[in-house]
Amino acid sequence: MSLPAFWFILIAVLWTGYFVLEGFDFGVGILLPVLGRDNTDRRLMINAIGPVWDGNEVWLLTAGGATFAAFPLWYASLFSGFYLALLLILVALIVRGVCFEFRGKVDSPRWRARWDAAIFAGSALPALLWGVAFANIVRGVPLNSGHVYTGNLLTLLNWYGLLGGLTTLSLFALHGAIFLSLKTDGPIRQRARRAAVRIALVAVPLAAAFLITSQLSHGKAATDVTAGLAAVALLGAVWAAFRGREGWAFTGTAITLALAVATLFGDLWPSVLPSTTSASFSLTVANASSSHYTLTVMTWVALIFTPVVLAYQGWTYWVFRKRLTRADVGEAGSEAGTVSPPTAPVSGRS
Amino acid sequence: MSTLELSRWQFGITTVYHFIFVPLTIGLSLLVACLQTAWLVKKDPAYLRLTKFFGKLFLINFAVGVVTGIVQEFQFGMNWSAYSKFVGDVFGAPLAMEALLAFFMESTFLGLWIFGWDKLSPRLHLATIWLAAIGTSLSAYFILAANAWMQHPVGFRVNPVTHRAQLTSIVALLTNSTALASWPHVFFASFLITGAVVIAAGAWHLARASEMRSGDRALFRRVLRMGLGITLAAAIATAVTGDIQARLMDSQQPMKMAAAEALYNTESPASFSLFTIGSLNGDKELWSVRVPYLLSLIATLNPHGTVQGINNVERAYVKKYGPGDYKPIVPVTYWTFRLMIGFGMLAGLLALIGLWLTRTRRELPRSIWFYRVAIWGVVLPYLGTTSGWIFTEMGRQPWTVFGVLKTQQSVSAGVTPSSVIISMTIFTLLYAALAAIAGKLAIRHIKGGAPDETGQAGTDARQPVFTY
Repeated sequence: MSLPAFWFILIAVLWTGYFVLEGFDFGVGILLPVLGRDNTDRRLMINAIGPVWDGNEVWLLTAGGATFAAFPLWYASLFSGFYLALLLILVALIVRGVCFEFRGKVDSPRWRARWDAAIFAGSALPALLWGVAFANIVRGVPLNSGHVYTGNLLTLLNWYGLLGGLTTLSLFALHGAIFLSLKTDGPIRQRARRAAVRIALVAVPLAAAFLITSQLSHGKAATDVTAGLAAVALLGAVWAAFRGREGWAFTGTAITLALAVATLFGDLWPSVLPSTTSASFSLTVANASSSHYTLTVMTWVALIFTPVVLAYQGWTYWVFRKRLTRADVGEAGSEAGTVSPPTAPVSGRS
Repeated sequence: MSTLELSRWQFGITTVYHFIFVPLTIGLSLLVACLQTAWLVKKDPAYLRLTKFFGKLFLINFAVGVVTGIVQEFQFGMNWSAYSKFVGDVFGAPLAMEALLAFFMESTFLGLWIFGWDKLSPRLHLATIWLAAIGTSLSAYFILAANAWMQHPVGFRVNPVTHRAQLTSIVALLTNSTALASWPHVFFASFLITGAVVIAAGAWHLARASEMRSGDRALFRRVLRMGLGITLAAAIATAVTGDIQARLMDSQQPMKMAAAEALYNTESPASFSLFTIGSLNGDKELWSVRVPYLLSLIATLNPHGTVQGINNVERAYVKKYGPGDYKPIVPVTYWTFRLMIGFGMLAGLLALIGLWLTRTRRELPRSIWFYRVAIWGVVLPYLGTTSGWIFTEMGRQPWTVFGVLKTQQSVSAGVTPSSVIISMTIFTLLYAALAAIAGKLAIRHIKGGAPDETGQAGTDARQPVFTY
C-alpha cells in the first residue's frame, strides 16, 4: 500500500473515532432537554459523558492535524471552502465546551437553564453540520483549476447534503440514547431505551435513504458491502435496544457509524475532494498529499502513539464503567448541586 | 478592508485572546500537581485545600483555553489556505504530533483527574494530574516548534516542481535553536502569570484578614509568599531566556532586532533607548533616555558589538529577496519590545519588594496599598506576554515564513471579505462574552476561599467540587 493510501485510511479511522466517540456525547447533549426532566437528571446525563467528552473531541483535532500534515491541499481547500459552515461548527463547539465546566458553577436555575439550552444547540448543530459536510465531500463541490472552492454556504445546503446532515443528527441521537441506557440506572435508563427505539423510527429510514442515495450516485462494489453491513448493524442495534441488550445495542451503533464512515471514504476514493466543475480539478490522494519523507515520519509517529492513545483512553472508559444513578449525583439536596460524602476527601461524583 | 487585512486582524485577535488562557493552564497544571504531591508526601491537609482551590481555578481557565485552541488549528486552513498549501508538508507535522502526543494526553488524563478522586488510588490519581500537566507543556513545545519554523525555517527545501515547502529533516525542525530558546521563555513567562494570579488570590483574602479564621490567615499567607516566590523566580528565568532569544534574533532576524530598537543605521556600540518621544521613522528623535552599550550587549554579548540598522538590513534584503519593503511597523515593534520587558521586570521587582515586606516573623503589611498593588499587579505579566507575542509576530512581517513566504501570499484565495467580517465579529463578541463569564467565575471562586478538608468552601458551602 502506498503511504498516501495508508494516510487516507488513517484519516478515515480518525473520523471514525471522532464520530463513534463524540457521536454519543453529541447525542447526550441533544437529548438533554428530552430525557432530563429535572436538574438531577440533567446532571446525571452530563456526568455520564463528563470524564470523556474532552478526550473524544481530540479525535477531531487529530483528524484536522493529520489532514494538514498528510494532505495539505485537501486541508487548505476544504477548510477555506467550507468557511462559514466550519465557523458555525466552531462556535457550537466553543459554547458547548465551556458549558460543561461553567454550568454547575453558579447555583441558579436560570443560569443552568441557559447552559442547558446551549449544550443542546452546541451538540445538535455540529451533529447536523458534520453530516452536511461529509455528504458534500463525497458529492463533490465546485473547485476551480487552482482547487479553490467557488461556491458559498448555500451550495452545501443541497438536498443530498441535508439528508446526510439529518442522518448524522439522528444517528448521533440514537447512539447517545443507547449510551445513556448503557451508562445509567434507574428511571432514566428506561426512558433512554424507549427514546432509542423511537429515534430509530426516524434514524433507520434516514440512514437507509442516505446510504442508498450515496451508493446509487457514488457507490462501488466494495462500499455496497460496507453500506449493507452498516444497515445490518443498525437494525441489530435497534433490535438489541428493544430487547434491553444495551451493550450489544451500543456496539451495534458504533459499528454502524464506523461502517458508514468506511462507506463514505470508500465512495470518495481515490479523490479526497472531487470538483463538480471539472473532474480534472479534483483533489485526489495522489495530487493532494505530502512528500514521501513527511508521510514516512508521520507514519512512524502514528504507528507508535495511536496504540498508546487507544490504551489510555480505553482505560478511562474502564475506570468509569460503573452505571450512574440519581443518587450518584446527589439526589438529596440536588438543587444545591455539590454535596460530597464526608468519607472521601473530594468526591468525584457529587 | 481586504480579506488579507481582515484575516490578519482576526488571527491577531483570536491568538492574543487564546494566549491569555494558555500560560495559566501551563503554570497552574504544574502548580496543582506539585501541591497535590506535597499533600501526599507531607500529609498536611493545607496542601489538599490548596490543591482543590487552585485546581478549580485551573479548570475554569482550562475550559476557555481548550475551546479557543480549536479555532487556532482550523484558522490556518480557513483563512490562510495558501499558506497551508505551501507549508503543510512541514508545518502540519508538529501540529499533528501536538494533537496525537499532547492533546490526547492532556484531555484524557484531566478527565481522569477531575472525576477520579474516589475511583483511583491516591498515587494513581496524582499521576493523572502530572500527565495532564506534562501534556500541556509538551503541546506548548510542538506549537512553539511550529512557530519557530516560521521565524527561522530549517530542515526543509522548496520543491522546484510543486513550489511548495517540503520537510527534509524532522529532527532539525524539532531541535530548531529558535524553538529550544522560545519554549523555556514561554514556559517561564507562564509562571510569571501563574505567580501573579496566586499573589492576587492570596492578597485578596489577606486584605480581609480580620474577618478570617486564623487558620485561613496562615494558609493565605503561605499562598501569598508562594506566589511572590514563583513570580520572582519566573521573572529572572524569563529575563535570562529572553536574553538568549535576543542574540538568536540578532543573527536570525536582524531586521526584527533593529526594529525592536528603531535603530535605522548600523551602530557599534549601540545604545538602548528606554523611552523615545518623537517619531520613530528614522528622523531625528526629539528626546530619549538611553543606556549606552546596552543594545550591543543584548544583541551580541559584547558592549562594543555591531548592531545592524533597519536601512542597512533593508538594502541587504532587497539584494537577497528582490525589490520590496521588508520593514515591519517600527513603532509597534519598538513599543511592544519595551512594554514586554518593562511589564515583566516590574512584576519581578514588585515580587521582590513583596517578599521583603512579608519576610518571616514579620507582621503582614497593614497598608491597603500593599494589597491593592498585589491584586492589580496581576495584569502586568498578562500585558507583558501579550506585548511579547505582538512583538515577535509583527516583527517578522512582511513574512509569514521568514525569507520564504510573505503574509500577502498566504491568505485564502476563495474567502470573501464579508465572510471574514462575519467570523471576526462573531469570534470577537463570543470571546468577549466568554472572558466576562470566565473572569466572573474565577473571581467568584477566588473570593469563595479555599475549601476545607471535607470539600466545602470556607465561606460558600455550595462551592467547589470538581464534577459538573
